[in-house]
Amino acid sequence: MRIPDTILQIDRRIIFLLIGAAVCIPLLLKPRFQDSPTPIVQSIFDTVERLPAGSRVFLSFDYGPDTAPELDPMAKALVRHTMTRGHEVSFFTLFPEGVGQIKKITDNLLPVEFPDKAYGRDYVNLGYKAGLGGAINTMVVNFRTLVNADAEGTPLDDLPITADVDEMVDYVIILSLTAGDPGLKEWIQFAGDIAGIPVMGGGTAVVAPELYPYYPQQLVGLMGGLKGASEYESALVDRYPAYRNATMEATMRMGPQVVTHVLIVLLVLLGNLAYFLGRSGPGNRAGRTGQGNRAG
Amino acid sequence: MRRRIPLIITFIIGVVLITGYFVTRGPFNTLYESFSDYFAIITVFAFILGGGSLLKIHLKRVSSRATDWPYSMVTLVAFLVTLVIGLFKVGNPGGMGGEILASGSWLRFMFDGVYNPLSATMFSLLAFFVASASYRAFRARTKEATILLSAALVILLGRTPVGAWLTAWMPESLAFLELPNLANWIMAWPNTAGQRAIMIGIALGVIATSLRIILGIERNYLGRGE
Repeated sequence: MRIPDTILQIDRRIIFLLIGAAVCIPLLLKPRFQDSPTPIVQSIFDTVERLPAGSRVFLSFDYGPDTAPELDPMAKALVRHTMTRGHEVSFFTLFPEGVGQIKKITDNLLPVEFPDKAYGRDYVNLGYKAGLGGAINTMVVNFRTLVNADAEGTPLDDLPITADVDEMVDYVIILSLTAGDPGLKEWIQFAGDIAGIPVMGGGTAVVAPELYPYYPQQLVGLMGGLKGASEYESALVDRYPAYRNATMEATMRMGPQVVTHVLIVLLVLLGNLAYFLGRSGPGNRAGRTGQGNRAG
Repeated sequence: MRRRIPLIITFIIGVVLITGYFVTRGPFNTLYESFSDYFAIITVFAFILGGGSLLKIHLKRVSSRATDWPYSMVTLVAFLVTLVIGLFKVGNPGGMGGEILASGSWLRFMFDGVYNPLSATMFSLLAFFVASASYRAFRARTKEATILLSAALVILLGRTPVGAWLTAWMPESLAFLELPNLANWIMAWPNTAGQRAIMIGIALGVIATSLRIILGIERNYLGRGE
């Protein structure tokens, strides 16, 4: 068998092993790649930063555990930033699994890093509401019809943070972390455009390209994938050096992502090199018939 | 009659919602608000419908010993166990009045200990298959494939610090050719243009289909039979 054919027919288990190594080794060695925020991420940071202390912020966790490695770091960075700035944050989700993601923040991050912040005064969990994009529409039309209590059933009037919230427009910004539908797109279409509330947030690397058309008129800013989260973390560390020693998950996870991306690029280049070498060789069928091009 | 009544309901609600969106005076805005409230209530019942449908399909597969019926059995057991634990708040420290995902509750344990790692594992497997598929199928066979391949490589490298490092030697006048800048340009211009074209196309299609449904021309959603 010729060399190009051999390269084209590498056992996929070898590729799996290489990917496994590309993820595990950087996780163990923990290389740190310093990032700087791009304008599309910086605009979110600047908006949160410019809001006067005590502003009402609506943070929707529109994702589940499957996309948490990409979106949890964004959630933590946004919560750290809003809490440091003294904003009042209402957590919400359009995903049933999002309830668990909110609990990770309210049970683990907030009591440890912000012990002086109190539930009901500085933050509140409004829980999950069914109805996808329609739920947003209902909230914009009549907020209290859909949301009249927090996730534990305490009436909004009994919580200082929500006692004065009667309409969606009582929130100064909407932040959404998006894994698909419903998510940022629906918040833009049903809340941002209709009620005039500035919408911004983050999405997985897969979702982000679909959201670019809304930027900058309808979408203030966007964190795309782990890279976007890492950029936000670096903006946070630059502005608040106290976070320099905090665990910045996206910055840590950029190591495996960098190595994996480079490995995939090298594999694609190698595959193409072998393909063209094989095609140019006399009497070789691999190039002409596409041998070795099975997906998966 | 079984088809005519749903058609009339669809027509009335469709016309009221469209008018209520543009006309902000009564009675249209009042009806618009009421229908929005009804929507919030009706969607909750979709869960019952969905649960019933899931039970029906998988019970049928188990009872007829269809192909891969043990998977259906696993689905049924997982569904019923989660449902019972969630509905009756089994093991919840606060009892029936406790928070649904309270720390220490069985449902919280299932979410953190079962659902969370299973979901993350399934999603993580994508990395392995994407790498293998890219290696075997991503070929510069045609001009279009070459453009796609080049864009993908620029995005892959440009979205990492390696991209900046690889092209940091470029002079200031050629800064636009640095990989991160090229990646941002691809996302901001060609990607946005393509996405907008698709979105506008879809929106026009949705408008056309919605009008057909409201006017009763499109009736497939009613199902077959009279």
